[in-house]
Formats: sequence, structure tokens, C-alpha cells
Amino acid sequence: MSLLQLQNVSKSFGETAIIRDVSLSIAQGEKHAIIGPNGAGKSTLFNLISGRYGVSSGNILFKGNPIHNLKPFEIARMGLARSFQVTNIFPLLSVFENIRCGLLWSMDYRYSFWNLVSRQKALNARTEAVLEEIGLHDRRNFPAGELAYAEQRALELGIAIASGAEMILLDEPVAGMSHSEAKNAVALIRKVTEGKTLVMVEHDMSIVFDVADRITVLVYGEVIASDVPAKIRGNPRVQEAYLGEVVTGDGVEATHA
Amino acid sequence: MLRKSIVWIVFAIVLLVLPQIFTSIFSISIFTQMTIAIVFALSYNMLLGQGGMLSFGHAVYFGLGGFLAVHALMMIENEEMMFSVTLIPLVGGLFGLIAALFIGSFSTHKAGTVFAMISLGMGELIAASSLILVSFFGGEAGVSGDRTYGPPFFGYDFAQGIEVYYLAAAWMFVATLCMYLFTQTPAGRMANAVRDNPERAEFIGYSARRVRFISFAMAGFFAGIAGGLFAVNYEILTEENLNAASSGRVLLMAYIGGLGFFIGPIVGAIVLTLINSLLSNYTTLWMLYLGILFVLTVMFLPRGLTGFLMMHRVPWHLGKLRLLAVPYTLTSMPGAVFLLGLVAMIEMSHASGSEFVYLGIALNPDGYGSWAFLLAVTGVAFYVLRLTLPRLRDAWSEANTITRKPDHAAKESGGQS
Ligand SMILES: Nc1ncnc2c1ncn2[C@@H]1O[C@H](COP(=O)(O)OP(=O)(O)O)[C@@H](O)[C@H]1O
Ligand SMILES: [Mg+2]
Repeated sequence: MSLLQLQNVSKSFGETAIIRDVSLSIAQGEKHAIIGPNGAGKSTLFNLISGRYGVSSGNILFKGNPIHNLKPFEIARMGLARSFQVTNIFPLLSVFENIRCGLLWSMDYRYSFWNLVSRQKALNARTEAVLEEIGLHDRRNFPAGELAYAEQRALELGIAIASGAEMILLDEPVAGMSHSEAKNAVALIRKVTEGKTLVMVEHDMSIVFDVADRITVLVYGEVIASDVPAKIRGNPRVQEAYLGEVVTGDGVEATHA
Repeated sequence: MLRKSIVWIVFAIVLLVLPQIFTSIFSISIFTQMTIAIVFALSYNMLLGQGGMLSFGHAVYFGLGGFLAVHALMMIENEEMMFSVTLIPLVGGLFGLIAALFIGSFSTHKAGTVFAMISLGMGELIAASSLILVSFFGGEAGVSGDRTYGPPFFGYDFAQGIEVYYLAAAWMFVATLCMYLFTQTPAGRMANAVRDNPERAEFIGYSARRVRFISFAMAGFFAGIAGGLFAVNYEILTEENLNAASSGRVLLMAYIGGLGFFIGPIVGAIVLTLINSLLSNYTTLWMLYLGILFVLTVMFLPRGLTGFLMMHRVPWHLGKLRLLAVPYTLTSMPGAVFLLGLVAMIEMSHASGSEFVYLGIALNPDGYGSWAFLLAVTGVAFYVLRLTLPRLRDAWSEANTITRKPDHAAKESGGQS
């Protein structure tokens, strides 16, 4: 059964239709990549799913429940976490605090003002573990806003995965990273999303073909293909959309910025 | 943990011992004012420093709490209620909380300008109605009570200033501890997160509005406690206690002390209470100097007086603090002369008559000679001050470099709370 379902979702900003009649279904445990040229509407799609924007028409179902009228925090509480293409962290809080805040709701602390966070062993241990995973352990006391770009990207990812949500949306998680940093990040993503459902926007085709079970190609707000990698590779409309560039499984010839 | 407990124990001891060292009625009255100001300023910082809500109307909760506390005093006096005066601050706190729950239910929807404007509007509205609803607020004259009625507390009836001080200090200690502990709870940590980035907070499961609302209610509660303490201390409340000027003053306290540090507002409350009660003995222009201090803080010390002190943590960890001693002395001497000269000119232009004695020097506000003298002194001091600055700058960068380790830097800048 599908964990996330988009039914004829459209979104316009004023006159301009950005997402046009998108229907998409993502199964439990699937690793799904969304690709497409810049401005195709990939981030907008994430913003619709996660409740940042309301849909203009259509339905979005998560675990069979409509979520297109819910607020971001309500959707997050259902077990849908996301990261942002443009780094979106808590700049004055320490790196440690950033991650711990990402954990609070999922560990059921809610709005409590009777627990001292420093006394919560499980919470702090889990925070440490996430810091270790994302490789920011030695940066734990720095204000997040003072980190280097790649470190902020790692933190961005860390906040998203901290809660252990069932479904994780990652918007260009390795953009701007060096080759080796990206390699590490992909290994990390793979590790932390084990047994979870992942939807990832990514431009690097080698990563996409490496990670994804299924790929959706979005062009001008429309889904032109949504299939397993082998089928996507041979799809003529995809080849055309990528302006003649050769999309291969093992190469990075299609390097859309 | 242990180190933190020691801080609190020292704090308690200082509060206990202070009036035994400075025993005059005047100094005890200042200490009591300080304790009240500390509670109020800390409650304000729950909004601005910790929650990112710029309020221009926080005195509303202080004032409403205080007014109800005076009514409670009157009811005790009339024997309509029987409880100890020591609980009066709690009455103020609960009323502050109720008012904050009501106003916060709509004012915390948004932070930023919208919140600031609503706080200003509500402040004006309540200050205006306080002059209209005479039965509760007592009009221009305000309402007054008497704290010495009611069952005595272990034999104390709070007729004396020192008894009131200890009552206020005890409440302040508990309130400060509670406000500190609040910052360490999930709701308190998320208040910081929402201040930093309300949008991201929503994607990790928290309603930014709800987080702000909780901080707002807490801030109202503790402001009400401060108002209740004020009622016990002065036994009178007037419109002045909840108007925009009072709201502005608490903003100044928190800002000058330093918004980013828990103790910032405490420092600010102490400094401003001193300025208020000491400086006002010497000059009627003390408000002007307060304004100048605020502007200078905003321009040169955005992290407040506490932030200025905290800047010295890196040199201190590096053991290089003493490098700064000589440059600081060299700069502060002409700096002091410059400031004194400026103050002399301000005071002289304000002085009436032809006699004006300043620091033992007889000056003549009507004569060119005195003005020329002051201008010359101030000008030379300014020139010398500028000459000393490069040396200070060099010493500062020297004191902050070479053996700088990452963990020191982290401690230095990780002080946001
Ligand atoms: N809030 C918004 N208001 C108006 N236009 C927007 C908004 N967000 C995105 N867009 C437009 O939608 C289009 C798709 O943007 P985006 O989803 O960021 O593309 P992608 O992530 O695929 O590069 C762009 O033309 C962008 O300008
Ligand atoms: Mg995008």
C-alpha cells in the first residue's frame, strides 16, 4: 500500500501554474528520487506535501489520511520529516541544541515545562548519536550559524533525520558539497533511511541511480515519467527533456545545475 | 551541576548578607527596588531575549498584578479575606497570568512587527481604561493599601523596610530560579528555537504560535509577581505602573543588561535601579543620561553590558587578560574626562542663575570663559582618547589570538540562551 499519495495536485502562484495535475504514489519503504530541471517545481512539490503551502486543487494522502489542509507541525507529528534546499536551521542555538530540538516532539516531550532537558538521558544520548552520525560531534557547542557551509548542510540533514520519522523528504541534500563530502552524505542518508521511506530531490544522476528504487521526472510542473530507474533511462520523453543529454546509470553526463 | 548549584548558593548568600552590610534605610529601599526590577526584567526577557517577541506593553501585566495585589491587601485589611501578606505576590502573579492568557491568545499569532504593534496597542488601551475604570484602578490617584494587616508571618508584620526586603528577596530568588529552570525545559528550549527560526520549528512538530503563547503566559505570570512585590513594597499603584513609560523602562533594563544572557536583565535591573535612585539625587536630567546610555549600548554593545563582560572570556581563558589592563587604564582616563566635560556642558546649559558648581569648580553659565574652558577640556580629552584607541585595539586582538583553541571560542560564543 502506498504511504504517500498525490491525487491530481495543482498549485498556482497567482496566474502561473507551477504544479500541474501531479499524481504520484510512493510505497512504504521505497527510495524515491525526483529529478527535473531547475524551476520544474520539485521544491514546490515538497512544500505542498509538507504543508508549507496549501494546494490549489487535488488531494495529498499520508498513511491514507488527507494532509493537504494540515499545518506543517501537524504533518510533522504524523511522521513526515523534511530538509530544505536552502539551509534552514536555528542559527543562534548550538549544534547540539539544533539536533535536540529536532528530537523533542518525536520523543513525546511536547510543550512540557516540567522536564529539564539536561536530565533526559535517552534524549541526550540520542542527540549525541545523531551528532556522531552526521560527523558534527566536535562542533557540538558552536552556534549553528557559525558553521561552514558543508557543516550546515550536514546539520540540516541531521535535524530532518533526528526524529526517526517514517517518511523523509530531502531537498537536494548534497548540493554544494565536495565529491567526498557528498559520498559520505549519501552513505549516511542510506544508513539512516534504512527501513524508512525516502523521497529525495537530487541532480547528480549517479547518486540518483545509486539510491533510488523509483524515479519521478518533473518538467514544468508536470510528471512526465515515474518508474524504476531502468525504464527511466530508456524513456524518450526523459531524454528529450534533458535536452539530448545522455542519461546513463553509471555516468554523470546529465549534470543539470 | 555542582558548579551551577554553587552559583545559586552564592546568590542566596549575597541576598541574605547585603542588608547586613549596607544597613541604611536608603540602601535597603534600593535593594528592594532592585529585587522587584530583577523579577520584572527577567520576565521581560522571556519575551524578547528568549522568545524573540519585542513587547512595548509588558508593564500591563506588572501593573494589573500590582493593582489586584493592592485590592487583596485592602480585603485583608477589611477582614474579607484572611491570608498572609507573604502570599500577595502570588495573587499578582496569577492575575498577570490570566491577563497574559487572554491577551496572548491573539497577540502571539505572529512575532515581529505585528506582535510589537499589538503589545503597544494593548498597553495604551489598558493604560487608558485604568483612568476610566475608577473603581478598580482608582483614577489618577491610584489605589493604596496597608501591608501590615493579616496574620503575622512568624511574628513579622512587615512594618519595617528590612522585612519587606527579605520577603521580596525570597520571592525574587524563587522566581529567578523558576525562570532559569524554565529555559532548560522543552518549552523553554523551543522558545529559543522559535525565536531563531519559527518556520523550521513547525517542521519539527512545534506550533510556533503555541510556543510563543506559553512563553508569553509565563512572562505575564512573573511580571505579575513583580507587580505584587511592588504593591507590598509601596502599598500604592497608579496608572504610571502600567503605562508605556514603564514598559519602555523594562525594555531598557533587559537591553542594556544584555538580551542573550540569562543574567543580562539582572545586570540591567541593578544598573538602572542604581542610576534611577542615585543619579536622580544629583541631577534632574538623569533620564537624559539613561537615554544616552541606551543609545550607546545599542550602537556599541549590542550584547549589552553582560555581553561586554563575556567578551573577556577568551582573553581570560588564554591567560591574557592582564595585557588589557594598561590599555584600558590609558583609554578610560581621557574617556572619563571627556564624559565629565560633556556632562558639565549639559548640566550648565540646564542650570539656572549665574552660579554653577561642578565637581568643586565654580563655573558661570552666562560667561564665555566657562564655556570655552569646558569646550577646551572636553576637546582635548577627546583628542587624547582617540590617540589611545589604536593601542587598545592592538592589545585586544593580541589578547584574543595565538593560542586560541576551538573549545574556548565555542564557550565564548555559545553563551546564547
Ligand atoms: N512562493 C512562491 N511564489 C511564487 N512563485 C514561486 C514560489 N515558490 C516557487 N515559485 C516558482 O515556482 C517555480 C518552481 O520553483 P521550485 O519548486 O523551487 O523549482 P525546483 O525546486 O524544481 O528548482 C519557479 O519558477 C519559482 O519561481
Ligand atoms: Mg528546488
